[in-house]
Amino acid sequence: MSEHTIGVAVNGDRYEREVEARKLLVHFIRDDLDLTGTHVGCDTGNCGACTVLLDGRAVKSCMLLAVQADGAEITTVEGLSPEGELSPLQQAFSEHHALQCGYCTPGMLVSATYLLSQNPSPSEEEIRRGIQGNICRCTGYVNIVKAIRAAAGQ
Amino acid sequence: MLLRELEYARPGSVQEAIQLLAAREDARALAGGQSLVNVMKTRVAAPELVVDLNRIDSLRGIRAAGGGLEIGAMTTYAAIVDSPEVAGARPILAEVARTIADVQVRNRGTIGGNVCSNDPTNHFPPLLVALGAEFTIAGTGGERTVDAETFFEGVYLTAVQPGELLTGIRVPPKNGSRDGWASITLGKDGTGIVNVAATVSGGTARIAIGCVAATPVLVSASADETAVRDAVRSAELDPPSDVHASADYRRHLAEVLAGRAVREAR
Repeated sequence: MSEHTIGVAVNGDRYEREVEARKLLVHFIRDDLDLTGTHVGCDTGNCGACTVLLDGRAVKSCMLLAVQADGAEITTVEGLSPEGELSPLQQAFSEHHALQCGYCTPGMLVSATYLLSQNPSPSEEEIRRGIQGNICRCTGYVNIVKAIRAAAGQ
Repeated sequence: MLLRELEYARPGSVQEAIQLLAAREDARALAGGQSLVNVMKTRVAAPELVVDLNRIDSLRGIRAAGGGLEIGAMTTYAAIVDSPEVAGARPILAEVARTIADVQVRNRGTIGGNVCSNDPTNHFPPLLVALGAEFTIAGTGGERTVDAETFFEGVYLTAVQPGELLTGIRVPPKNGSRDGWASITLGKDGTGIVNVAATVSGGTARIAIGCVAATPVLVSASADETAVRDAVRSAELDPPSDVHASADYRRHLAEVLAGRAVREAR
């Protein structure tokens, strides 16, 4: 077995942990750090439920080894807003009914946060392209797009 | 998913990576991981040592060079999409990169990984064949350069041998040529059913067709649509049939898309 010590900053908190080389980043986040907001959906890189920000860029955490994140800054859905509050995007998801079962929502929020960080006033087409890597099986995306537009002040 | 047990190494230089890869038969280079990690989940690939290339800075980046481009193997699709050098020299590379998968995959996936995995449905193999790119491969014996027509050897097989590493890709200058791309995909920006890249230069079209054989099929023709379609028909393609398209339909698409790629080349 191959163990490595890694140091990461997740939502501003520093962690040092031993991980097996074979452990996926999503399992490290959920099982080792107990941050279960990040979901495992398809586990094949398609659905985007496991999306996190790695050094500021949206990635699917089921397609990285945890050991690869050594030294990185990670933001999960838990880190998108101060505790007990909603970010403007989260508030917009609530107001526009942008979720139904909620399974895709953490990944959707992280991807939408990333989109708005790169492009503060995206067109509808740009929003749809921005969340292309996130699958929602409930909403048909209409209200998700509305919520992201609202959060962008449109 | 729990992967099979593996060892992990994170070299800081190309030399160190080559030494690791050359020392063990069961070692495998990990680029962006957007294919390899998934095939490791299914155990289709089960390397005992993963050599992570992500911290080798010299493998990243895009340089304008004599009107063309030198692209490091670990350059991500996102970096290609955003590159002013690509926009200036060969914008087709960015136009195609922007249709690969989705934002998250483009943030990790690399051009080197795309060509070295050489899945027949990948975007860059036909595009780089049409553009006449050259590939720099480093090994314990030094560096060598391979042209695009010989780089792609078979399904998941390239000229990169065990113990070697693709370090960079050289794309020649445009020199007044026009580049085109046409594809039919499974859903928007999904996997290609047929991909076609074309470079038109001095009245001649150089066309590379993906998804129809183990490696991109190169066809040359005079650059008018009828001649292009005739040339693709004469190539007697023998594409696979699957749930998405029959062999006949792929043959039909290859003709139509070759015509379109040439007509719309810019």
